[in-house]
Amino acid sequence: MDIIIELFSYDFFVNAFLASLLAAISCGIVGTYIVSRRIVFISGGITHASFGGIGMGYYLGINPLIGAGIFSILSGMGIQLFSSKGKVREDSSIAIWWSLGMAIGIIFVYLTPGYAPNLMSFLFGSILTVSTGEIWLMLALAIIIILFFTLFYRTILYIAFDEDFAKTSDLPVGLFNYLLMILISLTIVLNIRVVGIILILSMLTIPQATANLFTRDFGRMMFYSVGFAFLASFIGLLVSYFADIPSGATIIFTQVVIFGLVKLIKAF
Amino acid sequence: MKKLLEIKNLSAGYENQVVLENVSLDIFSNDFIGVIGPNGGGKTTLIKTILGLIKPISGEVNLLINKTNVGYLPQVNQIDKRFPISVFDVVRSGKADTALFSSFHKNTREKEKAESLLQEMGISQLRNKSIGELSGGQMQRVFLCRALMNEPELLVLDEPSTYVDNNFEGELYLKLKELNDKMAILLISHDVGTISFFVKTIACVNRNLHHHPSNIISEEQLASYNCPLQIITHGNIPHTVLKLHDEHEHHGHHH
Repeated sequence: MDIIIELFSYDFFVNAFLASLLAAISCGIVGTYIVSRRIVFISGGITHASFGGIGMGYYLGINPLIGAGIFSILSGMGIQLFSSKGKVREDSSIAIWWSLGMAIGIIFVYLTPGYAPNLMSFLFGSILTVSTGEIWLMLALAIIIILFFTLFYRTILYIAFDEDFAKTSDLPVGLFNYLLMILISLTIVLNIRVVGIILILSMLTIPQATANLFTRDFGRMMFYSVGFAFLASFIGLLVSYFADIPSGATIIFTQVVIFGLVKLIKAF
Repeated sequence: MKKLLEIKNLSAGYENQVVLENVSLDIFSNDFIGVIGPNGGGKTTLIKTILGLIKPISGEVNLLINKTNVGYLPQVNQIDKRFPISVFDVVRSGKADTALFSSFHKNTREKEKAESLLQEMGISQLRNKSIGELSGGQMQRVFLCRALMNEPELLVLDEPSTYVDNNFEGELYLKLKELNDKMAILLISHDVGTISFFVKTIACVNRNLHHHPSNIISEEQLASYNCPLQIITHGNIPHTVLKLHDEHEHHGHHH
């Protein structure tokens, strides 16, 4: 126990702790929406498309997260536009954006002179190197998400549950779909540093699956998801620190272990 | 008698496919119209156009009442049954015009309305269940409650009797008959035999629409409307008003 308390005297560890808490809040809430609405695959597309922005960021010498933000929002819109107006099947549209983003990223990383040292941290996450500036951004996002989902809880719930019916009730369905798509994109981008592009989908689905074992209520599922996500992130953070193994992968592994344990206990 | 809706020379469909052509229909406040027709004939397209979910290719759909005063019960298979939502929240979603800033309000009236509808349908005890835990009949009752939340002037139902047992089916139609005192009803069904006992008029939809001015229809008439349906009757639901082909001829001999 003392060792853990001592850890909190290190700035990098405090940052990592805060990052895991804030990641749990944004991923727990947004992930519940994603899972409930069955748009996990779209989210996967957005996540991987954001790699294009990271590569571009490296090439242009700007913060790769800014590039990732632009790419993820554009791909989110692009997927919707392709499938609604372009008459492309939705899953094909997702795959196009998914691989286009990755391809652009790889080309730009290749074109960038020298070695891109942080590249691995974007792909697989590196919670121990999250900067204070990134913590502030994650805090701002967490606050925006909490406010948005609290203020518009029922609107979001009704649209997610039955979009057609929501349209007949004159709810601003299109507007909310886009706003939520932007929130999903931002959540993905700001949590890339925590678990990485390859692994982030798990933050948006595994805690929700665990929460779903306890409740079938949208609101409660959000709360429980945040709890399980935080539990897994914190345990994963500690384990990865002491065992000296990659943090992102350890967090995901912990999430799956928690899910498995809960499912096992529930079975008895 | 108030006119609620007028459809004039409507053509509607999807992408490259016209499903409805040159359809005209007026709906008045005391109507109870049974919409029948073969699968793919355009029944659902018709009501989705009425609800504004599909834009007409040509022609007009003029809703003469407020959009929120149209109650809608969609086909059950359009609903994600594993969605994490409680029965009570589903019913409350029927009054979505207050949803936008509902976090600021107590919504007492709305909650009371939802409670009383659940009671009326005899499903108060299901209030806190999630929709995935319900049987087909229970689910239809919940969606009927949702459709009634706004006290609609026009109630539109798309196959409300799929996945329900015969008992509930009869109960549902009696309930609709009762509701018809207060609102117009447009009911889609694949089951001509059953609904004809409850509805006032029948609309045959198969690319075109023929509004048959009574609830009694024969197979010959159906055929003449380009709507060749088999009249199937079954179970404990009254269906005697139907003129079956044989009876028709039989009567003919005596007169």
